Amino acid sequence: MTITIETVQHIAHLAKLQLSDTEMSRLADEMEKIVGFADKLGELDIEGVKPTTHAVAVHNVLRDDELKPSYDRGKILQNAPERDAACFLVPKVVE
Amino acid sequence: MSQHRTAGEDLALLTAHEASRCLAEGKVSSVQLTQRMLDRISQSQNNVFITVNLKALEEAAAADARRAKGEVRGPLDGIPMALKDNISTQGLRTTCASRMLADFVPPYSATVARRLSDAGCVLLGKLNMDEFAMGSTSENSYFGAVKNPKDPQRVAGGSSGGSAAAVAENLAYFTLGSDTGGSVRQPAAMCGVMGMKPTYGRISRYGVVAFASSLDQIGPITKDAEDCALVLAAIAGKDPYDGSSLANPLPDYLAALEGGAKGLRIGIPKEYMGEGISPEVRAAVEAMAKTLEDQGAVVESCSLPRTEYALSAYYVISSAEACSNLGRYDGVKYGYRTKEYKNLAEMIEKTRSEGFGDEVKRRILLGTYTLSAGYFDAYYKRAQQARTLIMEDFRKVFHQYDVLLTPTSPVTAWPLGQKHANPLELYAMDVCTVSVNVAGLPACSVPCGLDSQGLPIGAQFIANTLGEAVLLRAAAAAEKGGSV
Repeated sequence: MTITIETVQHIAHLAKLQLSDTEMSRLADEMEKIVGFADKLGELDIEGVKPTTHAVAVHNVLRDDELKPSYDRGKILQNAPERDAACFLVPKVVE
Repeated sequence: MSQHRTAGEDLALLTAHEASRCLAEGKVSSVQLTQRMLDRISQSQNNVFITVNLKALEEAAAADARRAKGEVRGPLDGIPMALKDNISTQGLRTTCASRMLADFVPPYSATVARRLSDAGCVLLGKLNMDEFAMGSTSENSYFGAVKNPKDPQRVAGGSSGGSAAAVAENLAYFTLGSDTGGSVRQPAAMCGVMGMKPTYGRISRYGVVAFASSLDQIGPITKDAEDCALVLAAIAGKDPYDGSSLANPLPDYLAALEGGAKGLRIGIPKEYMGEGISPEVRAAVEAMAKTLEDQGAVVESCSLPRTEYALSAYYVISSAEACSNLGRYDGVKYGYRTKEYKNLAEMIEKTRSEGFGDEVKRRILLGTYTLSAGYFDAYYKRAQQARTLIMEDFRKVFHQYDVLLTPTSPVTAWPLGQKHANPLELYAMDVCTVSVNVAGLPACSVPCGLDSQGLPIGAQFIANTLGEAVLLRAAAAAEKGGSV
């Protein structure tokens, strides 16, 4: 599998990362090697094999829908880079 | 384990259970133990801690006050310990060794932090690590690399390098790390201490910053098997806040230490002893096998034929889950936010690009690639199918063996700053540890002698699902064997 600079550019855009040209060419090279290594999985006979999402089977863990106190709003907001009263503040997205 | 040291010696050298006994006998106070640790931490040159808890002495005084009133909470009451910096601690910053979270102060504590606090432990502080637990050297830290206390020119292993170094350097009586592909066991091996990664779900992950959710597990790093049993008993068990935590009752971990090697069926998978394993490491593991055999264990060679696919499966699964988990860092609700931006999209992109280090970006990109349109079946789904086959291999050998014995790391600690021509060379160092996470199994690394340069070697025991007790039995037997 060849990983081109265009592929890295596309992936970086999906992952919301800005990369310099030098970073992109280095990453294209590194990712090609890593993905090439992952291609080893192609050797396995996986016909009819079920994928495992979690190694220990715990399914549908449910609890009663009870009203309980949650975290204090002020406490949650204390880590916000920017806030206004009870809100997280971000640049305007709708004109 | 047989000779119990007392308070007459340097307090720092005691194990947690020895310190506990000294506390119980009134020979020492928690304030004294804590002060001794804080003094050592302030003198340490190995960049082990990111943050020291300024309230540690206060917590120690509270433990002493409980003891004076006869209200001791258990064997760990008053014992000073420290946590990897991806374990949330209410009111004490939790950075994940990332610029992204450099100023993050959690509004709540992880369940493991709370359970240790409820058990009376004193929190000394937060330990250095690879950023977001991604790495095998603890060099990928925004706060600088951890140095190995056994040789400060060398890496401490990773990603829980600070957690292992703290125990090795006697800066804490025990620590917790997290293990996604070997991050508790490998640094424990490289620093010459014990580290256990329990069964997936045995310990709650609530409040632990997520890396790869189907692989992550918290584990204790300790000076010996008895301490490991004590800590495990304090933190394991069902947590309503973590749906994946297991409700199975906890066995008596301390009793398991007494089992001895006699009759223990030990398999040595040949795939773990071949190419790529340094001859000295292999010889040390074989010597440990011999010691256990001399004590009455049955040791045989066995095979896990799909082992060679585990590393590929691991890097595909862990990167895919990481890219999803790390999507939350957008500079909106918490964490770093870039200084200058024209709009929301630019704010998010610049925040992520400036906040994450190189290794984290590489894994996010890899994960995004393998999950993107057209590649999902070839990589992520296939890796999960490989996972099924790797688990089948383990299931088969565990019909015949109680534990498997392997090296923890193919080599001992290498020099800091060693350049790796490509990331794969470094990823290959995880070859002995990743299968265990892929299969969700418990495993531990125990000290297994030194190489010709005097660097610690680690041996790994692997058990079947929920087999922590038999791991402790094997680890205690290995300690007694004196090959350590």
